[in-house]
Amino acid sequence: MSTRNPAQRRYNKRVIGLSLAYAAALMGVSFVFRDPPPSGPIAWGLALLPALPLVGIFIAMGRYLVEESDEYLRAVESRKALIATGFMLIVTTCWGFLQSFDQVPRVDFYWAAILWFGGLGLGGCANRFAR
Amino acid sequence: MKNRLKVLRAERDWSQGDLAERLEVSRQSVNAIETGRYDPSLPLAFRIARLFGLPVEAIFEAE
Repeated sequence: MSTRNPAQRRYNKRVIGLSLAYAAALMGVSFVFRDPPPSGPIAWGLALLPALPLVGIFIAMGRYLVEESDEYLRAVESRKALIATGFMLIVTTCWGFLQSFDQVPRVDFYWAAILWFGGLGLGGCANRFAR
Repeated sequence: MKNRLKVLRAERDWSQGDLAERLEVSRQSVNAIETGRYDPSLPLAFRIARLFGLPVEAIFEAE
């Protein structure tokens, strides 16, 4: 996003805060899960901690699309998210079948989120070259 | 859709930023509409028409 209207400023603030929370949660949980790793419900809760800020980023993106009053910017960001979603679905679907037939190594599901964020970059490029 | 936004803006000696401010949209929106990269919604098209005191069809034309 190149301009900074109020909706974009709120979005940026939320994403920066959540990114910092994600980094802190990931580092903290990685530290806690060193030998001996926790077990039971506490382990579940701790393992989920880094996921929560990422979920927050997805929600922040949705809130931005709701709060953005400029229809063109909303359309551009929606297209970006759609391209990211398509990219993530294509890669995870193909990888899933390759994995099922033991052609590629097994990867953790959270890579779907990383692919989606990468897809946002692709969406940004697509927007730049759109008619 | 083709449009006469750039001409109408130039006649009034407005920059894209001036027009964007009057329409309460981003400068990128004005640029995207002027260059034909984005067709505005009906409400925005009517707002543009009202601002220039013209009917919508005097500004926008189907290609």
